[in-house]
Amino acid sequence: MRYVDKTVVGLSIAFVVLVFADFFMADWMRFIGLQSLARGAVALGLLVLWRTGLVSFGHALYFGFGAYAAAMLTLIGFHDAFFLVFAGTLAAGILAYLLGFLLRRYRAIFFALLNLAFSMILYGVIVKTEELGSTDGFSVLTPTFLGYAPKGEAVQTTLFLFTLVFTYIVTVGVHLYLKTTLGGMSMAVRENEIRVEYLGYSAEKVIHVKYVFSGLVAGFGGAIMALAIGQVDPDSMANWTVSGEFVFITILSGIGNVAATFIGALVFELIRTYAFEYAPQFWQFILGGSLLAIIMFLPDGIWSLFSRLRGSGKAPTP
Amino acid sequence: MTAVLEVHDLQKSFGAVVAAKDINVTVDQHEVIGIIGANGAGKTTFINMVTGYMKPTSGRIEFKGRSILGLPPRDITCLGISRSFQVPQIFASESVFDNLMMAYAISEETGLGLLAPLYNDERAERVDSHLQRYQIAAYRDATASTLPQGIRKLLDIAMAAVRRPTLLMLDEPTSGISVEEKFGLMDVIMKALREDETTVLFIEHDMEIVERYVGRVLAFYQGEIICDAPTAEALVDPGVREFVIGEEYHRTRTANAGVNGGNDNA
Repeated sequence: MRYVDKTVVGLSIAFVVLVFADFFMADWMRFIGLQSLARGAVALGLLVLWRTGLVSFGHALYFGFGAYAAAMLTLIGFHDAFFLVFAGTLAAGILAYLLGFLLRRYRAIFFALLNLAFSMILYGVIVKTEELGSTDGFSVLTPTFLGYAPKGEAVQTTLFLFTLVFTYIVTVGVHLYLKTTLGGMSMAVRENEIRVEYLGYSAEKVIHVKYVFSGLVAGFGGAIMALAIGQVDPDSMANWTVSGEFVFITILSGIGNVAATFIGALVFELIRTYAFEYAPQFWQFILGGSLLAIIMFLPDGIWSLFSRLRGSGKAPTP
Repeated sequence: MTAVLEVHDLQKSFGAVVAAKDINVTVDQHEVIGIIGANGAGKTTFINMVTGYMKPTSGRIEFKGRSILGLPPRDITCLGISRSFQVPQIFASESVFDNLMMAYAISEETGLGLLAPLYNDERAERVDSHLQRYQIAAYRDATASTLPQGIRKLLDIAMAAVRRPTLLMLDEPTSGISVEEKFGLMDVIMKALREDETTVLFIEHDMEIVERYVGRVLAFYQGEIICDAPTAEALVDPGVREFVIGEEYHRTRTANAGVNGGNDNA
């Protein structure tokens, strides 16, 4: 490498620091950390779509699908975290691949709401299925890690480490992907599909690839979440409000950098946790207020703070 | 000379409106052809059909001896027909350099190559020499949406030419350009395309441009080709003069005023 990629360096430092911190963190911090990583992963997928000019109001579909796929496998005797997360990710990816054939034909509000429609179908199916615990969901037993079966506090420590490793790989992967021709075509499709077609490539194909990717990472986040909470239920996994949270995080983070999504997810988690703690009656009000403030004062998201500090006013383009 | 494009009995109608009727054209390699005709005569429809944007109602289109009827624009582009647009189709929020970088990357990469980094120094050099040839290097780092109209047109055409197409169709390259700039713009374009040995077919309203750059003229009128001849012949053709250029009409306006609607101060 002739030049050092600052984002990769930053992510690597954060990764190492968090791995060490994992052994000293308080339980509640690790729990917030896990949730941020899981939601941040979904936001990573939304970032890729957003750069392509598409917003989805329904990614709880893949989040919930991944979570339930992993959780259902524990019901039939699979407990290995590697397998569960892999299966949850893959299941969501396959679903995204299939729905992608329809969704790639839509843009703007139609794309956003068609996703919402599909996510509400999943929500409806889960709520109506008593075998899956209906609105209560069901518990997910503690996973094992390639034969290692942690007990007590070690469960969350191991899970956090596990999540960190995979999130790190995925995030660096996405960062590098965005610099490739296919990754860069996000910009081209967002700016001018006609030109893309007349340069000899299919804009719909580009969208489909991005869509499957966003489904995969959302499924990954969902599977992690299922293991982290030890429980799946439709209201916190597949409801439209969950999709809303992902869009919230994406706006909060901005689409300037892959690292931003995790910072955004963490900020979201903190705001929500503390708002709920100190103002249980008004927490939604506080959440809404912070979104309003972000849109008004930091329209390019939290990441634009970093770009401003570095002296370049413009957010980096894809 | 070998024919690159052969169009046989092309028809296109939108309901009762006939946009193309009995169009038969053969384009030979290295030709420079001008398409003239009034608004709505079917010029852009013709380009849209050849490049796959619109499906003709009936007829045949062959490129290098192979039927391209029914193929989408991206496949036709890959085979070797590119086009520019009357309204430039560019990546407006990106710099001129990034526009061409993307154009080069899409043209050059397929399959797994799409997962190689978009930027590399060799590609950047190719982009820079392309910018030189189209004389837009001065605007290299300007955002495309801020460009003057003439430069935007050049950028659009430069992007269409990135693939070194066999046949390039330009839809009104000089529309919206001031009279003083027109010839300069066309000189740049035609020189670059000659170097690439590109066959060119372009729509033009300015007869001075047609006279200067074109070897053969296709005159469209109400969806039909009313004249297909070398430029010098075509420009004196009575049909062309009456229906396309309009001088015949002016010369005899007193006699024809009633028939033609008399919208002149007859």
